[in-house]
Amino acid sequence: MRRSLTVPIVATLGFLFLYAPIIALVIFSFNANRLVTVWSGFSVASYSSLWSDPQLLPAAWLSLQIAAIAATIALVLGTLCAYALVRFRRFRGKTVLQATVSAPLVMPDVITGLALLLMFVAMQSLIGWPSGRGVLTIVIAHATFCTAYVTVVVQSRLTDLDLSLEEAAMDLGATPVRVFFDVTLPIIAPALVSGWLLAFTLSLDDLVIASFVSGPGSSTLPMVIYSKVRLGVAPEVNALATIIIGFVAAGVFIATLLQLRRKPAKA
Amino acid sequence: MAKKPQLVADTRPWRDPAAKPFVRIRNVTKKFGDIAAVADVSLNIYKGELFCLLGGSGSGKSTLLRMLAGFETPTSGTIEIDGQDMSKVAPYNRPVNMMFQSYALFPHMSVAQNIAYGLKRDGLPRAEIEARVAELLQLVKLTGYENRKPNQLSGGQRQRVALARALAKRPKLLLLDEPLGALDKKLREETQFELVKIQETLGVTFIVVTHDQEEAMSLATRIGVMNQGEIAMVGEPTEIYEFPNSRFVANFIGSANMVEGVVTEDEPDHVRIQSKELGTDIYVSHGVDCSPEQILWWAIRPEKINLSREKPAPQAGVPSETNMVKGYVEDIAYLGDMTVYQVKLDNGRYIRVTKTNALRGDPEAISWDETVWASWAGTSGSVLVS
Repeated sequence: MRRSLTVPIVATLGFLFLYAPIIALVIFSFNANRLVTVWSGFSVASYSSLWSDPQLLPAAWLSLQIAAIAATIALVLGTLCAYALVRFRRFRGKTVLQATVSAPLVMPDVITGLALLLMFVAMQSLIGWPSGRGVLTIVIAHATFCTAYVTVVVQSRLTDLDLSLEEAAMDLGATPVRVFFDVTLPIIAPALVSGWLLAFTLSLDDLVIASFVSGPGSSTLPMVIYSKVRLGVAPEVNALATIIIGFVAAGVFIATLLQLRRKPAKA
Repeated sequence: MAKKPQLVADTRPWRDPAAKPFVRIRNVTKKFGDIAAVADVSLNIYKGELFCLLGGSGSGKSTLLRMLAGFETPTSGTIEIDGQDMSKVAPYNRPVNMMFQSYALFPHMSVAQNIAYGLKRDGLPRAEIEARVAELLQLVKLTGYENRKPNQLSGGQRQRVALARALAKRPKLLLLDEPLGALDKKLREETQFELVKIQETLGVTFIVVTHDQEEAMSLATRIGVMNQGEIAMVGEPTEIYEFPNSRFVANFIGSANMVEGVVTEDEPDHVRIQSKELGTDIYVSHGVDCSPEQILWWAIRPEKINLSREKPAPQAGVPSETNMVKGYVEDIAYLGDMTVYQVKLDNGRYIRVTKTNALRGDPEAISWDETVWASWAGTSGSVLVS
């Protein structure tokens, strides 16, 4: 009896620890009271005021765009970098590349942000590009630190990839380019997807670096939320968060469903 | 199971000096840094052969195979396949296919897609590809498994898919890297048999790399024994076993009792070797290319030594007091089909003798702690000068 109770109790506590804050957020997004912490009845008022909010929705849209572009750039750069690190036998500066590529993983955001800001300012005065700070500089900054994450994810998958698979394809008449698209790419695809998603999430989430390199008119969602919360939590933020959680949950649900269906029945 | 020679003369082209080799490896060396993985190897392999490259790990056998496939380029020397120089030919343009040790089946493709991959690269019409795939699946007895993924197959099935995929393009030459290495013993024996049958039916030239001498002996028409990047000996399985050309080959293939000796008589029809190590004189009843006083080695297989309780009568044509030595049975290993005797000679050296257990539970069998005489015929041992 004791054993059969322990697992459910621990599991419940674990889930509570992870999800209680989110549940509270979702519940309070339907609060009728303007004061976020006081419950006074069910209402969708905060959703309608979100819809008419002049700041939040444009910022969310901007953040999504930045995240998608930065993640895509990081995916390409990170994959190339991982490929060079895993596949090229030895080249000058390989060790340096390996070390510098993982540096952004441990670098505090404040330092990365400051460093990028200084670089952009210096570049503007030297070559005149990028002119001023805005969406472009945020995308560059995000792509820079996300590349490190993509590299790590793709690198581990590439290391596990049996070289003889590519040799076998070549042996059967595939040119190196074909080998890449027929064998290498499909096999590392899961790593590419998770690398892109990781980069996307990191970019969407970033407040510190974006604050350094953003300019007028380019406030990302975390920046807007942060500035709003300083004046007390606005219920619209709760509503927006609930919508985002809804999208994420649906995405995870669909992904799991697809994976379950694709997983073949055991022989 | 080895390929049966149908007509002695024309199935053994390597015995015919005028025969044209199908694969001609000339003075091939492959260096990785300063280390020569393959050192000055020259080898001729003929059409329809099942040639085994046999050697321990690091002997260069896999590197040689990879050079044939085109994954490595020789540092020096040339490789010709069917009269065509391969040095400028990329792996994907060679008339060669390879079966990988890890099988290297594409995990994201089904069995049928794996087999069809090479055919699709050749741009064959779809109907023809389907027919070929069906034919190959039948050949490797996997009809009905078309839509399985490699991770839904057993080790033996994967091995057969890999074989079918490698055969799909009807290559002139098939390279097999440890084709049976990952299978368990029983399955390996069955598969050996099938492999030879498929090879005979299709008439493809096979080059097999293996570290397993039993596999090489049972499969091959000829074996090339490799040691430290060099070919130590090339020959038919019986030649390799019965007439090894060096101490390395004698030791590497099967087991052998090997002793050092000095030539005391060197006649055209016999040689007498004095061996302190064995404690007796060895009489070899054929001529050997050596000189008196030369130090050389003599090796004999454990199954070619007789054991008897009584001192054996002198053999015809062999001087008395030679080719026999007294000892003491110190240990016995019963293996079922045969028994291994560890005999300690009077001078302290051990020799190994095996006897087939022809009788069930033979009460007369020699037992522990018995004093025995070991003897052998004048033709049983091999004289080795290197």
